[in-house]
Amino acid sequence: MVSGGPLKIDTVVIGAGHSGLAMSYCLRERGVEHVLLERSDVANSWKTERWDSLRLLTPNWQSRLPGLTYEGDDPDDFMTIPEVISFVDHYADVISAPIQTRTTVTSVCCAGDGYQVDTNRGTWKCRAVVVASGACNIASVPAIASSVPSSIAMVTPLDYRNPEQLKDGGVLVVGASATGTQLADEIHRSGRPVTLSVGEHVRIPRVYRGRDIQWWMDATGVLDERYDEVDDINRARNVPSPQLAGSQERSTLDLNALTGIGVKLIGRLAGIRDGTAQFSGSLRNNCALADLKMNRLLNTIDEWASENGLDDQVPSPHRFAGTAVADSPPLSLDLTNGQIQTIVWATGYRPDYSWLDVPVLDRKGKIRHDGGVVASPGMYLMGMTFLRRRKSSFIHGAADDARDLSDHLTSYLTNAISNTD
Amino acid sequence: MGPTVVPCRGCFLVNTSVLLDEISCTGRLCFGIHKFQTEDETVTDKKVDNGVDVEFLLGAREMLAEAPEAAQFKWRAKCDWVRGTHSRTSVEGFFGLGEEQNHKSEHTFDADHPEVFSSEDHGATPVEIVLAGLASCLTAGVAAVAQHREIQLRSVSATLEGGMDVQGILGIDSDVRNGFDGIKVTYNIDADASQEDIEALVAQSQKRSAVYDIITNPTNVTVEVS
Repeated sequence: MVSGGPLKIDTVVIGAGHSGLAMSYCLRERGVEHVLLERSDVANSWKTERWDSLRLLTPNWQSRLPGLTYEGDDPDDFMTIPEVISFVDHYADVISAPIQTRTTVTSVCCAGDGYQVDTNRGTWKCRAVVVASGACNIASVPAIASSVPSSIAMVTPLDYRNPEQLKDGGVLVVGASATGTQLADEIHRSGRPVTLSVGEHVRIPRVYRGRDIQWWMDATGVLDERYDEVDDINRARNVPSPQLAGSQERSTLDLNALTGIGVKLIGRLAGIRDGTAQFSGSLRNNCALADLKMNRLLNTIDEWASENGLDDQVPSPHRFAGTAVADSPPLSLDLTNGQIQTIVWATGYRPDYSWLDVPVLDRKGKIRHDGGVVASPGMYLMGMTFLRRRKSSFIHGAADDARDLSDHLTSYLTNAISNTD
Repeated sequence: MGPTVVPCRGCFLVNTSVLLDEISCTGRLCFGIHKFQTEDETVTDKKVDNGVDVEFLLGAREMLAEAPEAAQFKWRAKCDWVRGTHSRTSVEGFFGLGEEQNHKSEHTFDADHPEVFSSEDHGATPVEIVLAGLASCLTAGVAAVAQHREIQLRSVSATLEGGMDVQGILGIDSDVRNGFDGIKVTYNIDADASQEDIEALVAQSQKRSAVYDIITNPTNVTVEVS
């Protein structure tokens, strides 16, 4: 498309998912000229990297972006992936976002007082860059995966679509956060017995005192908690996603629910030696920690409900049974005897910054930033866990973050101009 | 009343603002964040005192996050056979913060087997020393977490029991492992806190315990003969 010299523009937004689009809306509101570069199509990750049964963890009423609220007639249901795709597509249309699709960014580097963005379809020069390329580009798989016997099939959540693509027989699901618990549930129900390897995890009920947990977290202000208000933001950003699923039944997906259908719990995968997987003896404590943490959240909710006079309107406070753990959970599993046919690595995701040639990565490969303001002037980050608020990784979390960061970006561009005058 | 002049608890630097600006003491036990105690702080510090310098630990955590190489420690022990199943292990030096370090003095541990194994019982059995290590590590963690969470401890005691089928070590049954088939730790804690907060102390202590990790997770062990 582009021949000749580089195109010039104030701001390049990398990625046209909900984060990039929210940022686009706010930039237009502030009169900042920009383009969104999208490697494939709007909402690409939602279209190509999600399993069939997945639904949003947030109820429909929470599916809102700057300038768009949920208008359907079922605010308490959870969007399926096709629904999310049409929601995001619709948003891109409504806000007429300036998107250049099928444009893969191959490099971003510093150039003069701004950045040079190389793509498979030409080069852009800009003064500000917004990285909105997603938090889940790559499935994180631990190094010990290389020791898994070759007879065992391995799959990551980015490749997984449904249980039918797996071989018959036992499945070891490694990781018990939102992804791991959801996959363990549907794989076990498909007749493939699941063993779930459980490390540190976050347990929350889907519904508490008659209201969705997201309603409580929204109302109590937990979701609005800011990155500069929490004790230890690094820890907060690394907290695993909660054991939660969106379903029409609004059922709770905790470890007790999984053991109730026959899933076997086992400790954190610690090593694989001579075809035997070894598991940590810390399962009981990890469950105790999750139970205690859940109860602290419920205490916060109960206090807030009392202070706000809700005790008459909702059912009384109660506590859930502690996580049931076998007396002596097994510490090893023979991976060569045929009992386990498949391993699902639900061990998290990480972003892909292979194209980022600006020295902003820390030693763990994460972008160094202060609430989305990246450690390189004019560069911004969107859509990461607890970027600016606890809700940052949710769809509706993009709105406040995009407003704050577009304000910062706008004033950066204005000051940069006055400095050069 | 001005602040009492006291040396930094980490590097013994005397508290003056001039020195604060000019002298760096990276590598010393205060990691460059001097730990001066003024009269005022002495009063506020007394509110909850479990004898753990949490401010120091938090400062260390911050500094070591920036200087990961200083966080690399080597712990060492030396063991001499005495007679029969009796041996004596000593610890003195270790490596950390980028240099060789020493305990205030050498510590020794006698280990032996009890008389029911026809030994002379000159010390704890090695597996009891493992229990001691676990108990001490978890208990130190309880104190540190309590200090951080501003919970005053009055007493903390733990009883430990590790089950073992000695058919393993005697080679009677190869299906029986040598080590413990499980360890049970029971804490009895008297503190200014709810039962739930006390349970959270104990849970958090396990999460951050080195010995708990060593026991619950596999570790590569290399034994050589020189």
